[in-house]
Amino acid sequence: MATQIDPSTDMTPAGERRRDFIYIATGAFAAAGAAAVVWPLVDQMAPSADVLALASIDLDLSAIQPGQAIKVSWRGKPVFARNLTPAEIEAANKVDVKSLRDPQSLADRTKPGHANWLVTLGVCTHLGCVPLGAGEGENRGDFGGYFCPCHGSAYDTAARVRKGPAPKNLEVPQYAFKSPTQITIG
Amino acid sequence: MSFSWAKHYEPTTALGKYMDSRLPIPRLVYDSLGAGYPTPRNLNYFYNFGVLAGVALVIQILTGVILGMHYAANTGIAFDSVEHIMRDVNYGWMLRYMHATGASFFFAVVYIHIGRGLYYGSYKPPREVLWLLGLVIFLLMMATAFMGYVLVWGQMSFWGATVITNLFSAIPLIGDAIHTWLLGGFSPDNATLNRFFSLHYLLPFITFGVIILHIWALHIPGSNNPTGIDVKGPQDTVPFHPYYTSKDFFGLGVYLTLFSVVVFFLPNMLGEVDNYIPANPLSTPAHIVPEWYFWPFYAILRAFTVDFLFIPAKLWGVLAMFSAILLLFFLPWLDTSPVRSNNYRPVAKTLFWVFLVDILILGICGGKPAGEPWLRLSQIASVYYFAHFLILLPLVSRYEKALPLPNSITEAVLKRQTHKGGPASIQLPGAGLAELPGTGRAQPAE
Repeated sequence: MATQIDPSTDMTPAGERRRDFIYIATGAFAAAGAAAVVWPLVDQMAPSADVLALASIDLDLSAIQPGQAIKVSWRGKPVFARNLTPAEIEAANKVDVKSLRDPQSLADRTKPGHANWLVTLGVCTHLGCVPLGAGEGENRGDFGGYFCPCHGSAYDTAARVRKGPAPKNLEVPQYAFKSPTQITIG
Repeated sequence: MSFSWAKHYEPTTALGKYMDSRLPIPRLVYDSLGAGYPTPRNLNYFYNFGVLAGVALVIQILTGVILGMHYAANTGIAFDSVEHIMRDVNYGWMLRYMHATGASFFFAVVYIHIGRGLYYGSYKPPREVLWLLGLVIFLLMMATAFMGYVLVWGQMSFWGATVITNLFSAIPLIGDAIHTWLLGGFSPDNATLNRFFSLHYLLPFITFGVIILHIWALHIPGSNNPTGIDVKGPQDTVPFHPYYTSKDFFGLGVYLTLFSVVVFFLPNMLGEVDNYIPANPLSTPAHIVPEWYFWPFYAILRAFTVDFLFIPAKLWGVLAMFSAILLLFFLPWLDTSPVRSNNYRPVAKTLFWVFLVDILILGICGGKPAGEPWLRLSQIASVYYFAHFLILLPLVSRYEKALPLPNSITEAVLKRQTHKGGPASIQLPGAGLAELPGTGRAQPAE
């Protein structure tokens, strides 16, 4: 080292000490070590392997008649799979999309070539209640889709919010057709 | 840590002398709960509620540790294990009712304790840190109570957990990730129940630690008092023991009597019937409500029904609910009036009572279904809640003309004895103290 070190204070004229490096290196090493230890402590709270293994499910649609819907559990939440009748499809398509609170057409919410299969989460977008309408004889609300009894949100036959406090349409989960009557959700 | 005239601990027994030079616990007790702790002579029964809150926590820990011996934190059997405690475990019904009712009593006592602090200005210098520590305890209590309620794994447990954990999903961008991380899944399930049990067991002990800091911070300046003026000399104080130990024990007797009445005769009065139905993720109860002690905050959460300023209504509700509590942390700097007690602040005193009514209205709204007129009412009450702290209190503390303060606690006490009954503020209508009979007698030697 070419710099002049004052032996009485062990400092360079710029106010640095040779020990500064040791302190900083020790601190940095300890901080990196602590971060490496903390991460597992944080990450253990994330969904475990068995929870993730059940994160996608297969669903057979063949038994659902037009006009019927079923309720299945996916990731601990209900999913509604509904076989729309031609009249219900027509009713959904007649609505002016721009007039909706959450503007989406039926085509946006179904898979191409499977316009009669409406698959949505059964979780009201207001405060998370399970809407009625998927079960036989349940109240389907003013728009023939689903009706949330908690705060009166009504959804139409494309499960779009039409009335009540819910801000969004019922969420369409990620899913794909494996065969014409088989879907994989998640 | 205490006034200069505090009595000094003198160990008398051989064991006392032995301990005093090794682990001086008797000295600590003497100096903080005994004759060595001079306390303002005019503390009223509202000053019992700190001790009562401590007792309530001990009851919760004691019954909780025992319930933990019989409870199983697994979604398959959690609900059944609670029923097992109620029906099969010896005295299990009593322990569970004590624990469930005890939570309500704990909150009731703490709310009165906080209200006492608000009325007498106990959050003002030099007690700000004491106030902040109290709020930390309050937050810990709320987290603990919420998680404990979920453990029952009834319908209200499950849907309460769903609604409350969903609050975190309102955070922009990272909300959903945080939500999943907190739950350990995509909806409340076994992972959620297990971690809630673990934390529900842990947090009371953290709370206990913060309470020790809270008491430590209290014992530096000593208790505030109903006049809000500082202790000026020995004549203003009495030793904690026997004066306030006896007063606290009397209050404790009344408290435990009321507690027993509810535990043994009305154990489900404060609970929700729906929580006796096992949790069902596919069916929502028609009306999701938290326990009564969360109602005011729940009302603020639901008061936001429209998006504005590009922020969705749901996020507004969440922000408002959390700020409603966080606002209290700033209270010592929002209320800048040098006069502590509302007994001498006519405008602030009126504001206090209006604020109390506002909280009650919010509480009623929070317990009702989210429809009209409750929604509109909770919107108005929420606006007032924030206006109280952010507008009214800062303005009043700047412009209010306070009533004349007594010269000392002793003077105020002796005057009260001459004018039997009625709070001090009624007897001090700016009339000038000298005109009041008895003041000459009350003058302390300063």
